[in-house]
Amino acid sequence: MLGRTLREVSTALKQGHITPTELCQKCLFLIKKTKFLNAYITVSEEVALKQAEESEKRYKKGHSLGDLDGIPVAVKDNFSTSGIETTCASNMLKGYVPPYNATVVQKLLDKGAVLMGKTNLDEFAMGSGSTDGVFGPVKNPWSYSKQYRGKRKQKAHGENEDSNWLITGGSSGGSAAAVAAFTCFAALGSDTGGSTRNPAAHCGVVGFKPSYGLVSRHGLIPLVNSMDVPGILTRCVDDAAIVLGMLAGHDPRDSTTIQDPVKPFTLPTLADVNKLCIGIPKEYLAPELSSEVRSFWSKAANLFESEGAKVIEVSLPHTSYSIICYHVLCTSEVASNMARFDGLEYGHRCDINVSTEAMYAATRREGFNDVVRGRILSGNFFLLKENYENYFIKAQKVRRLIANDFVNVFNSGVDVLLTPTTLSEAVPYLEFIKEDNRTRSAQDDIFTQAVNMAGLPAVSVPVALSNQGLPIGLQFIGRAFCDQQLLTVASWFEKQVQFPVIQLQELMDDFSSDFEIEKLSSVSLK
Amino acid sequence: MAAPVKRWSCVGKRWVLAYIDGGSRHGRGAAIGFTSRRKRGQSSVAQQPLITAQKSRKGEHEWEAVVGLEIHAQISSNSKLFSGSQVHFAAPPNSLVSFFDASLPGTLPVLNRRCVEAAVMTGLALNCRINKKSLFDRKHYFYADLPAGYQITQQRLPIAVNGSLAYSVCVGKKPSQVSTKTVRIKQIQLEQDSGKSLHDEPRSQTLIDLNRAGVGLLEVVLEPDMSCGEEAASAVRELQLILQALGTSQANMAEGQLRVDANISVHHPGEPLGVRTEVKNLNSARFLAKAIDFEIERQIHELENGRKILNETRSFDYKLGCTMPMRDKEGKQDYRFMPEPNLPPLLLHDTASLPPGADPQQVINIDWIRERLPELPSETREKLIQQYGMLPEHSFALLNEVGLLEFFQNVIKETRAEPKKVTSWVLNIFLGFLKQQNLTVNESPVTPSALAELLNLLDRKAISSSAAKQVMDVKRGNPRAINKLMGLVRKATLSRADPTVIKKILERKLSS
Repeated sequence: MLGRTLREVSTALKQGHITPTELCQKCLFLIKKTKFLNAYITVSEEVALKQAEESEKRYKKGHSLGDLDGIPVAVKDNFSTSGIETTCASNMLKGYVPPYNATVVQKLLDKGAVLMGKTNLDEFAMGSGSTDGVFGPVKNPWSYSKQYRGKRKQKAHGENEDSNWLITGGSSGGSAAAVAAFTCFAALGSDTGGSTRNPAAHCGVVGFKPSYGLVSRHGLIPLVNSMDVPGILTRCVDDAAIVLGMLAGHDPRDSTTIQDPVKPFTLPTLADVNKLCIGIPKEYLAPELSSEVRSFWSKAANLFESEGAKVIEVSLPHTSYSIICYHVLCTSEVASNMARFDGLEYGHRCDINVSTEAMYAATRREGFNDVVRGRILSGNFFLLKENYENYFIKAQKVRRLIANDFVNVFNSGVDVLLTPTTLSEAVPYLEFIKEDNRTRSAQDDIFTQAVNMAGLPAVSVPVALSNQGLPIGLQFIGRAFCDQQLLTVASWFEKQVQFPVIQLQELMDDFSSDFEIEKLSSVSLK
Repeated sequence: MAAPVKRWSCVGKRWVLAYIDGGSRHGRGAAIGFTSRRKRGQSSVAQQPLITAQKSRKGEHEWEAVVGLEIHAQISSNSKLFSGSQVHFAAPPNSLVSFFDASLPGTLPVLNRRCVEAAVMTGLALNCRINKKSLFDRKHYFYADLPAGYQITQQRLPIAVNGSLAYSVCVGKKPSQVSTKTVRIKQIQLEQDSGKSLHDEPRSQTLIDLNRAGVGLLEVVLEPDMSCGEEAASAVRELQLILQALGTSQANMAEGQLRVDANISVHHPGEPLGVRTEVKNLNSARFLAKAIDFEIERQIHELENGRKILNETRSFDYKLGCTMPMRDKEGKQDYRFMPEPNLPPLLLHDTASLPPGADPQQVINIDWIRERLPELPSETREKLIQQYGMLPEHSFALLNEVGLLEFFQNVIKETRAEPKKVTSWVLNIFLGFLKQQNLTVNESPVTPSALAELLNLLDRKAISSSAAKQVMDVKRGNPRAINKLMGLVRKATLSRADPTVIKKILERKLSS
């Protein structure tokens, strides 16, 4: 049951094959079993069981709240949850219990979803590995998969396997690992420069970043307000569409959400791709791109072409300026957004009280890690009166050019862009930490952050396993507010590639019966 | 020869002041130096508004003072600028604080329509150009009563620009010599108020009250077109009346709903403007005038003694009557302005640009607001002058007290007496009584009808003017005045009436 998709388990709940409480208990058991992955910061067991009980009553009365009723979900620990600690994986917010729910969390609960817990991340979502949080790094479930372990045994003998675990990517690594390890059926991440899509690609799940303004940010503790969007992580594209349908729409508490009402939608099945035009941005053929990812990218393009779609090379000429521009805008907003953490109203406060200024300084030094402090410092530098014109204003202009690149491409008749999500598959933790967070983020966000600057919808879909037996994802980028069209194309693609299910049964013997291991379907892209 | 000595002593004291200021703001020695200087005679800037003449030891030199104002008016609205919290004066501390006001992480600003309308109304009343598109910015600084670490304001593109404010000042000894002046308005911007810090010195604690945090403010920036304290105070007074007439702000300075910062500099005519200082947080018209005049004199004195004026922020000590540098603003502030990313541009419409089928709840129509502007004080005064042949200074006086104009109009309605007589009675005798008793118009024991009846009796010559004044005296609570009235009745009845009966009748009449 646990290996199924949200849609499947929802049907099982409706048909009474399983009760919400049974489902919740199974997930809780698995969360405990996979505790070493460090995917969760807080497991809200009591709340979850109570919600499941409520859901069960509704099902018994025949008053189900819809597809999400009784479905276990997880939420990244940078979304405010009423009565449940929300830490952003930072000392600054350890022990902070928000008095309100983020709009997206409230919407999930209103639809009967069962909140399993809050997932791990890089501190304040600043990172691309889920390695830089105060609660320690998240381990990629694929490190323990039969697929990866089998390949490793062939190659390296005698290596200490446990020290060679892989990162999840980030910053929503906890949410991606939680979905990949079957501890929940959907999870919320946040996506500012790729934080949902990057770990989704590394963990072999679907990571969807909606159009900016389609989903409310109220209650999401911000990284970069003008780029943040709540992200959705699921095991298939259809599930992401279900969750999006529940979350999308105007929120009077977020003035940047769209005014027009969003109609609930179901994803149509695309019969063929004859009328589709897929753009392949030539600037995304980066030298650092691994040959394996490049090969899957071109195979995917070939697949579309062979199925009748028009596939053309397009140009996004300002791509090379994107990451540096992102850096200036991101750190500037970070400097501003982090100003509120002064130890007065909430969060950490140091013991020093010789003066207010000394208290601020010590509180912030103790509360933030080096990465956060570094970004605050550079952001404040860019915002100084003498630098504002040369950095912030210039970066804003470049941002406009980058957004226009996309507009031009879409105006030329392209429906969807196809790009890699990451440069390569997930790397071992020990490899990852050889570079500092800034270098890593700049490299790892290369294909993802431009989308945030343009406010477009994008989704990472797992394609196939690498030679090492690790997932590789590809990214589809759509026109602003054409999220549905984007997901329709992604769903068609997903059906073609038949990405294999992660095999974790060695790890979780107790659950072998529950996984109903399917025979590995042939991977068409291999 | 006395002046240089005094100046020297003043300089000496000044140094003492600066020294004391490091630890305490109450430098008593300094006050003496400054007070004596104020008495020296140059405080006549009010009578010579444009040019302050001062003799320099090196020769004849005239000084010109330049004064600009930044005025913060609290918007009169039910809820705050970006949150649903209520706005009340003197509510229990921290009882009006939403999650947004306390800057809880993840909360977002939602613009209050009423505050936007108030800004548009004020802009129109002050002859501004209303920007159909305006933007919000973040202004960063760390302060305990600023929970977010930044204030949301309109630095780049404010809601209203390029207006003007006409005000009047007395130009001679006589009150009738009124001159009308105009000050240009640079801009009006919407911004958030901060919370309040209460410093508990003995326990070295600071207590924070966030009730005020996030209340909507109109910052009105007046160009440096004024030249002395009286002009500045008159301009502020006129602005106050306009805001009150519009209902956009209660503009009560004592309650902090209207706060003024003054930028002051001096220079020789024909020469470039001097270095300016900013005097912060002036919260009464009287102190505003005093602080500005003091600062002008201080700057002239500094320059004449070969010293420089520092571009600094100063505060006014109303007990000592002098300005002094503020401690906490000594370092150079860089506010690191940045666009507020959570608020889209504020778009306003006029009838021509109104999108067809627009929801009136979603759009603000400038023309619609313009058509509904209430009568402004200048128009009211003009009407009084036209309708009742009133002297301009009387029309000013009637508008200057809260409720007085309404009182006057109610008396006029019910009396046959000449408007001139009513004006004189209201402004001299009635207002005089109130002032003596320290009462506001609304607290007056004398109703408009009572005064109207009294004036009718006077008009019919049923009673004499002095008898009428005695009645007023009783009315305002002077029981002995009734004896004088009894004397008048006895005289009129040739002492045939019984004094106790007279007293009873009078008391009954007067208490009705």
